[in-house]
Amino acid sequence: MSGTGIGQPVRRKEDQRFITGSGRYTDDFQLEGQAYGYFVRSPHAHAKIKSIDSAAALAADGVVAVLAGKDLAADELGGLICGWMVHSKDGSEMKAGAHPALAVDRVRYTGDHVAIVIAETLAQAKDAAELVEVDYETLPSVSDGLKALESGAPQIHDEAQGNLVFDWELGDKAATEAAFASAAHVTKFSLNNNRLVPNAMEPRAAIGAYEPASGDYTLYTTSQNPHVARLVLSAFVQLVPEHKLRVVAPDVGGGFGSKIFIYPEETVCAWAAGKVKRPVKWTAERSESFLADAHGRDHHTDAELALDAEGKILGLRVHTTANLGAYLSTFASSVPTYLYGTLLSGQYNIPNIYVTVDGVYTNTAPVDAYRGAGRPEATYVVERTLDAAAREMKLDPAEIRKRNFISEFPHQTPVIMNYDIGDYPASLQKALELIDYKGFANRKTASESAGKKRGIGFSTYIEACGIAPSAAVGSLGAGVGLWESAEVRVNPTGSVEVLTGAHSHGQGHETTFAQLVSERLGVPIDNVEIIHGDTNSVQFGMGTYGSRSGAVGMSAIDKAIDKVVAKAKKIAAHMMEAAESDIEFADGNFTVAGTDKQLAFPEVSLAAYVGHQFPTDEIEPGLKEGAFYDPTNFTFPAGCHICELEVDPETGATEIVKMVAVDDFGRIINPMIVEGQVHGGIAQGIGQALLEHGIYEPESGQLLTGSFMDYTMPRADDLPHFDVGLTETLCPSNPLGIKGCGEAGAIAAPAAVMNALSDALGVMDIPMPATPHTVWSILQQTN
Amino acid sequence: MYALKYHRAKSLDEAKQLISQSEDPKIVAGGQTLIPTLKQRLASPSDLIDIANLPDFAGISVSGDTVSVKAGTKHFEVATSADVQGKIPALAHLAGLIGDPHVRHMGTIGGSLANNDPSADYPAAVLGLNATVHTTERQIGADDFFQGMFETALEENEIITSVDFPAAEKAAYMKFPNPASRYAMVGVFVAKTSGGVRVAVTGAGACVFRVPEMEQALAANFAPDAVASIKVPADDLNSDIHGSAEYRAHLVTVMAKRAVAAAIA
Repeated sequence: MSGTGIGQPVRRKEDQRFITGSGRYTDDFQLEGQAYGYFVRSPHAHAKIKSIDSAAALAADGVVAVLAGKDLAADELGGLICGWMVHSKDGSEMKAGAHPALAVDRVRYTGDHVAIVIAETLAQAKDAAELVEVDYETLPSVSDGLKALESGAPQIHDEAQGNLVFDWELGDKAATEAAFASAAHVTKFSLNNNRLVPNAMEPRAAIGAYEPASGDYTLYTTSQNPHVARLVLSAFVQLVPEHKLRVVAPDVGGGFGSKIFIYPEETVCAWAAGKVKRPVKWTAERSESFLADAHGRDHHTDAELALDAEGKILGLRVHTTANLGAYLSTFASSVPTYLYGTLLSGQYNIPNIYVTVDGVYTNTAPVDAYRGAGRPEATYVVERTLDAAAREMKLDPAEIRKRNFISEFPHQTPVIMNYDIGDYPASLQKALELIDYKGFANRKTASESAGKKRGIGFSTYIEACGIAPSAAVGSLGAGVGLWESAEVRVNPTGSVEVLTGAHSHGQGHETTFAQLVSERLGVPIDNVEIIHGDTNSVQFGMGTYGSRSGAVGMSAIDKAIDKVVAKAKKIAAHMMEAAESDIEFADGNFTVAGTDKQLAFPEVSLAAYVGHQFPTDEIEPGLKEGAFYDPTNFTFPAGCHICELEVDPETGATEIVKMVAVDDFGRIINPMIVEGQVHGGIAQGIGQALLEHGIYEPESGQLLTGSFMDYTMPRADDLPHFDVGLTETLCPSNPLGIKGCGEAGAIAAPAAVMNALSDALGVMDIPMPATPHTVWSILQQTN
Repeated sequence: MYALKYHRAKSLDEAKQLISQSEDPKIVAGGQTLIPTLKQRLASPSDLIDIANLPDFAGISVSGDTVSVKAGTKHFEVATSADVQGKIPALAHLAGLIGDPHVRHMGTIGGSLANNDPSADYPAAVLGLNATVHTTERQIGADDFFQGMFETALEENEIITSVDFPAAEKAAYMKFPNPASRYAMVGVFVAKTSGGVRVAVTGAGACVFRVPEMEQALAANFAPDAVASIKVPADDLNSDIHGSAEYRAHLVTVMAKRAVAAAIA
């Protein structure tokens, strides 16, 4: 089965339906009697709600109901939660304000949820929503994280005085101070990490449904983790117990993290279905996605790097202000802390690290995990600050990296992580060759004669993926374990169904997971069905994010396959009248060692269900096994991205002329899909560096980049050809040796692009995104 | 979108009649600006009068040194027309820069000019070439047609029927796009015709405008250096998150210089 097994560039099984418009997304479901919900949202960044008058809306054509925060409160439903407890330096718990799904007496950002209007048609719901009279008393607002901490800033939640949710620390402060005291050179660098709007192609959507006869609820929704959604809605929102709630996440068109979270809209649709006793459907308009999807990043950071005279790093000190938005989203607290501070060692042997992070409420959309989630921010800090040091110390940026690479494994960093394996010089070397580093000087000269400024920039990044060992994340404050489950069902005819707790929303699991089954069981991949995304089908699962589905999800499948093979061998032994220890299984055939006896896999699976040829008191009939897999460590994908670009000094426009990515993802299941993941990640990374920026108007708190007219999504002609290469060290922390590949591009690319831009301009301090106007302005100052 | 009455006009006369009978009418042709505006509920006309399918309302013809483009002609047709490419390649080039392929296959020249978006491309060509706009009522010279932000000389009951472009001896359009919308942040159309030299700037101000100082300099010497040091004042230019007025003023000079270079290349 080498043609469809591990390592083969198998064409994606799911693409036929996606590219022919046959996918089945949440909005494609039409339930009988379905009504349409439309949300009344706050037009203000911050205001008291004095009253809500829905009489005129209720009287409008087709209106079924108008429900507001007081109705949710009357039903004693809980608020939305943040599932990761972070503690401040003084040991106190983070100060989280209430997060009702519909605002009760206060709105805290433009787009905040005030009421839902439910009507026979969407147009009627929208018309009636304009008739809901909300009397607001506007309050001063603040959208910038640093300004929110200033004295006199508007107070957003009473629980978090001064808007400080937590001031978190990690690392040894005293040891780091000592390292700085002994340093030959200290580099200080301040940098921003711009707010991004995820913009999955499919907007969020939900259909809540209720069966009066059974009291069962069903929620169809655009989720990356339907079981987690069910758990939160049951255990915390307390809509209905878990066994009375089914969550279905059918085909989902992209997530990038933004569909991990349990949002107000989906919660309200499920609840409202029970109130009005009919299905309630909501699909976000793009402008709603801009306003109310959880945004990403938004950091201000001051970093200091201590080095000896040879450029060896002695210590790193970092202070970051993380804008968390108006409410704590589901995993908001973990992103700028345990997914960020723990990666500040990069690929380098840094003996001392101390990081502090202020998590801050502002009058903006909640900020949570977005492709990379904390790790792009960490990489950006480390890689940019290291380049600043190299520039100051007049060291070649490749050379300073080589001098500091970790070379022995396992390696314990001062910030929790224990790197299991890697070969950082190998990926740097391969990338240097791919970009022809030696030829750069000549290319720069050629650019100069054409009036262009050319630069080259490096990002030797690391990420922690395959999240994660449950005990480890539990000790750090996670409210859940991060194992994964699988069930492998072999049918009598030898076809296979795999039920997985991972969720595919673009990753291609229907192909890659089937490749694993094909490899292990010798079954053609067309005889393998991957089933996911329905809490009624799949036992339980933690979903897909953090590049975890290969390392954790497939490892669970692999374990279940082990059990299937073990049982099938027992059956085969009986059938061929041989000792079980003599049965060998390879390429889909059971053989008896030293004989020509053999049975094909479907013959054994049929026998398993017929149950005639083995004693069923010894071996149960059937061939179906399950497994839960909890990883032993994070995985540590790493590599080197190099960007080469040209700036037109007259306009400030930047053109990326070369982009090289050499990644070590451990074992590759499908190189074509991996390359696609790298391309997509780099596109988003370049988007962050040069194009994308979620901007709130400082005085009003209005989102200025509320559509694609003002928010610059990367397009094909913004992007160069990508030269993609791989190196491989197999991950020792899971049975398949997989590290994960979904986020690397978004993590690595921004620093590579910005370092290249700094090289071209001779200036370190360039904010992201480096738009033509920004670059031109910097050139005006430096000329 | 708010509820409205949709009419598909069969003739210009019927369209005009529908306009006069409607409380708050809006004409739609390609709809590439209007439909998104309606979908966002930013406009609420009582009646939508669709003139996209009027007979004999689209097409390109050449007569002597004049290229005549009917109002319903789509951007894609102008961009790919052998007549336009032969007589005024700069105009074909400009049309090929408008929006994206979807927009170019739906949007019309008449719609773009009647809308007069301050960042649209076509106004630069019409003003830069001193084109003549023909309507159901009269003909309007380019200098009189564009009156301000989203404002034109068109009366309520007046529909553009065609635009006559004089062929240019030398012409080029240089556009620096807004990175997000791809409208012109600054677009400069330079043309040397029998009527003289014109420099028209779109995207930078509230409305397309000419730069007389550059025109005079180019009349004396049609070369990039002639305009390289001529600056337009930033005072009245647009300023937004994508670019300050000063940046736009600077880009006017750069794009003008590059347009001249392209025109003589």
